[in-house]
Amino acid sequence: MNKTVLNRLRDVVFKYFGMACTLFGLLMLAIFIIDILIRGLGRVNWDFITGFPSYIPENSGILPAMVGTLWVLVLTAALAIPVGVAAGIYLEEYGKRNYFARLVELNIANLAGVPSIIYGLLGLEIFVRVLGMGSTLLAGACTLSLLVLPVIIVATREAIKAVPKTLREASYGLGASKWQTIWNQVLPAASGGIVTGVILALSRAVGETAPLIVVGALAFVPFVPSGPMDEFSVLPMQIFNWVSRPQEGFIINSAAAIIVLLLITFLMNGVALYLRNKWQKKVKW
Amino acid sequence: MTPEFKLEAKKVNVYYGENHVLRDINMNIEKNSVTAFIGPSGCGKSTFLRCLNRMNDYIETFRMEGDVIIDGKDIYDRNVRVEELRKKVGMVFQKPNPFPKSIYENVVYGLKIQGITRKDELDHAAEESLKRAALWDEVKHDLKKPALALSGGQQQRLCIARTLAVQPTVILMDEPASALDPISTSKVEELIHELKSNFSILIVTHNMQQAARVSDKTAFFYLGELVEFDETRTVFTNPKHERTQNYITGRFG
Amino acid sequence: MKTKERIIEALLAASGAIGVLTTVGILYVLISESAQFFSTVPLGEFLTDTQWTPLFADKHFGILPLITGTLLTTLIAIAVALPVGLTVAIYLNLYAPATMRKWIKPVLEILAAVPTVVYGYFALTVVTPFLQDIIPGLASFNSLSSGIVMGVMIIPIISSLSEDALYAVPKSLREASFGMGATRYQTVFKVLVPAAASGIVVSVILAVSRAVGETMIVAIAAGQQPNLTFDPREPIMTITTYIVQVSMGDVEHGSLEYRTIYAAGISLFALTFILNNVSFWIKKRFTAKYE
Repeated sequence: MNKTVLNRLRDVVFKYFGMACTLFGLLMLAIFIIDILIRGLGRVNWDFITGFPSYIPENSGILPAMVGTLWVLVLTAALAIPVGVAAGIYLEEYGKRNYFARLVELNIANLAGVPSIIYGLLGLEIFVRVLGMGSTLLAGACTLSLLVLPVIIVATREAIKAVPKTLREASYGLGASKWQTIWNQVLPAASGGIVTGVILALSRAVGETAPLIVVGALAFVPFVPSGPMDEFSVLPMQIFNWVSRPQEGFIINSAAAIIVLLLITFLMNGVALYLRNKWQKKVKW
Repeated sequence: MTPEFKLEAKKVNVYYGENHVLRDINMNIEKNSVTAFIGPSGCGKSTFLRCLNRMNDYIETFRMEGDVIIDGKDIYDRNVRVEELRKKVGMVFQKPNPFPKSIYENVVYGLKIQGITRKDELDHAAEESLKRAALWDEVKHDLKKPALALSGGQQQRLCIARTLAVQPTVILMDEPASALDPISTSKVEELIHELKSNFSILIVTHNMQQAARVSDKTAFFYLGELVEFDETRTVFTNPKHERTQNYITGRFG
Repeated sequence: MKTKERIIEALLAASGAIGVLTTVGILYVLISESAQFFSTVPLGEFLTDTQWTPLFADKHFGILPLITGTLLTTLIAIAVALPVGLTVAIYLNLYAPATMRKWIKPVLEILAAVPTVVYGYFALTVVTPFLQDIIPGLASFNSLSSGIVMGVMIIPIISSLSEDALYAVPKSLREASFGMGATRYQTVFKVLVPAAASGIVVSVILAVSRAVGETMIVAIAAGQQPNLTFDPREPIMTITTYIVQVSMGDVEHGSLEYRTIYAAGISLFALTFILNNVSFWIKKRFTAKYE
């Protein structure tokens, strides 16, 4: 076999290997979703969604965990969005040449790489103990807010960066101040990108387990939390609890709860993806 | 006492970092006149224009020496509010840059940010400005239409209307017609001619004929220096400097 | 007017300061709690003892089993994710039709969006039983299946970032290679991969850092036994699993057991901090070259 033929053969072989690798990831995802559906779909019904945890798998439900997840979602959004967007604006619009902004920037980059469980250790000491919140929804949401802050900040900066310079100049040229320009022109133009980033960040918060375990979220909650100062569980906690038990009934429960959790996560990601595409099309003026 | 000139630049030097981009510019601009800035790309004419409403303030490495005096006041004085300055010295940019809002919202933006909210006042200003920018007849029935739906030439006249709405006395134009087709260009030029009676207009252009057509005075910049500044007719027919002669006859640039 | 602008800027800066405070908070909490731990347990013992039994009567505080557990799962994950992820990146960049690339990339990124507790379930209830049929002596909790599943999870990190790096290689370089009659395969391995090496390395380091800090997969499927072993069939315990184990139980605040999670935490933080900063350094150092 001569060299050219060999090279061409390698090329073709690698092409199919590449296809196989790409399919591998997709295949795993598929197997996985099918397995969960087969195992858990039969268990997803109204009683399961509105029921409370129980020592008997067939009587168990996810209501407290679902409500806990919704609470965490809302509180985290309320805390992390204003702070994250504001910090993003600051870094992109105000802090171009000062030392403080560079320090913040460096910190954000590092925080993005800190394992989530470390945030749990921070939350346990600062929110639960020093600030005396106890193992409450509020402490959990504060912890998750810090966790997703870098995501929101980075998304905000990217979105602001994409706003054309000409738009700013037009506003400044008419006598607008810096903040007027940001508020009236830059933020509306960047809103698509910011919203996308925020949704992705919140979807991450919804799926987090480790930091909440450390903060003290409960594995067994026989009541529905009614306020930020209540103790709580969340869906991933409930799944973790069930999957750690030996009885097959609980494994089925965890599969059913995973279906609900994945629905929420995929829905949020889908909306974010849709908004991103829509925004990218619109942004060319 | 009324100052002799509308605008005076005294020994203006500009640096971008280490780059010395404008050298000792001295220039006096009279009230209600049109002045054209010409010169090859990179000669500093746009930079100078942007010094006159402090648009360069946003460039990190920008540094300026010398004075720019408008209506007898140094605009780089520490007490000057740059927003106030820009209301007085309006600017029209190279590429039409309307806000992604309605036509109406574009025109009244400058007034709204000043805190004016009375609808009749805004409506009146919008109509007045659009009329002066010779756009009113084309858009009066769809003021709520998005500004980006207008043609390029209409967009540029909208940007002029938007500038007029805040009632400046000086208007800076940075190659306002370079992105437009010939018909739109001639409309903008007509407009400049009409606006002259009420405003001091400074216009950067690459187009020699345009400079000759619209301006009373012409300034020729070359490598960061103001080579020649005189009556437009003189600059184009009988320039004092050889470099000006070479440039306007198209031997370089 | 001017004051209003100032107040707004101050508020925005304060929001940015929360980022700094978070870092300070993490460092403070980890250092202060583990300082107290190290005043009881000497650092030498912590680093060299081969047993980790803080919750038993016969207490040993050797972090080594947790470190090897963490490294073992990470190694398995990278052994899966690096070849697959890099191949996917190359395939998408050079071989796949444009339309395919457009929808495959977001679909692969779903893998990174799935909550990790779900991967834990998958490793324990699907992958382990499947592997037990093939590999004799595979324990119900083991590092192999958690490592493999973790590898699947981090494929998109490597494929996405590596694809970006390949994409950033100047077009002229690849055209030059094709122009001399090279096949795509030759172009990839002789031109593109070397040119994009720094970006690829950064993607791998970030993937490693992610694997080291991963918690739920290993907590569910790798076991809770701090064995000092490199046998992937055995149950092990990672640093993160230990923190979870203690947090799930009733450990009194301020006790030595409580402080062990901070000692474990600071070890984990140090590992990921070093990895992240190495990646920043490479990124900074080598992207400067292009400009």
